[in-house]
Amino acid sequence: MASTIDTTGVRIGMWIFLYSEIILFGGLFVLYAVYLYEYPELFAQGGKELNRIIGSLNTVVLLVSSCTVAASITAIQRGKKGQAMACLAFSIFCGLVFVVNKYFEWGAKIDHDIYPNSATLQDGEPGLNIFFGLYYVITGLHGLHVIIGMVLLSVSLVLVHHGRITASRYAVLENSGLYWHLVDLIWIFVFPLFYLVL
Amino acid sequence: MESSEEHRHIVGYGQLAVVLALLLTLTGVTVAVSYVDLGFLNVPVALTIATLKAALVLLFFMHLRYEGPIIRYSFITTVVFLAIMIGFTFWDVAFR
Repeated sequence: MASTIDTTGVRIGMWIFLYSEIILFGGLFVLYAVYLYEYPELFAQGGKELNRIIGSLNTVVLLVSSCTVAASITAIQRGKKGQAMACLAFSIFCGLVFVVNKYFEWGAKIDHDIYPNSATLQDGEPGLNIFFGLYYVITGLHGLHVIIGMVLLSVSLVLVHHGRITASRYAVLENSGLYWHLVDLIWIFVFPLFYLVL
Repeated sequence: MESSEEHRHIVGYGQLAVVLALLLTLTGVTVAVSYVDLGFLNVPVALTIATLKAALVLLFFMHLRYEGPIIRYSFITTVVFLAIMIGFTFWDVAFR
């Protein structure tokens, strides 16, 4: 008995999961919105401590990786296995660049005694404490999603390599791509909220 | 008799490149604007540009432009829910 895979249904299911992720980060943005209202100058001050150049670089890296993930889907739709694999590998590399940048950013902050429950934050202004608390939680949760996305893209890469993802059957790649685009979408909002609110 | 070929719209490399160019341009604009002091307007301007960028990613990279009504309307519903969740909470706090 041949089973027909309901690719549309599979894709709708993925979108519904993405909605739950959007609401997850949305909840954190609610916190940000309320405390931005409470402490506008201190949020601006906190923002100045973050490096706009590294933030912009991370934004560019994720945007490019989103493009290459979309390109990998185009490639597989056209039956171009090699191109699809190259695009996926590059996207995964972009994710790695992002995570490494994040490591340097956090490292620099931690070196300056700015981390959750640090003395500088505890003894300083509450507004700054909240700003950096939100910074660590939101970018941390986002970073976790970047890593999960990289895992999904890697799985897709292996499946393409083994011919399990083809032009007529690419739902796994498509859904991994959607997850990666979501990661990019979230960062598109995180970037101005933390780095550009000056 | 369903066909598994309904979702066959292929977004060409050229189109993807144009969208990426637009996204990078908008990123440049938002960073440049952040160096100009517009007072309280800095936040809405930055968020508007972010929304434009998000729309481009959603419509073209995520194929939302080519999806059917179920995905389209469920997505819009999610955005409306989010707007209410953030907007009304902010509104409540602002008028206490």
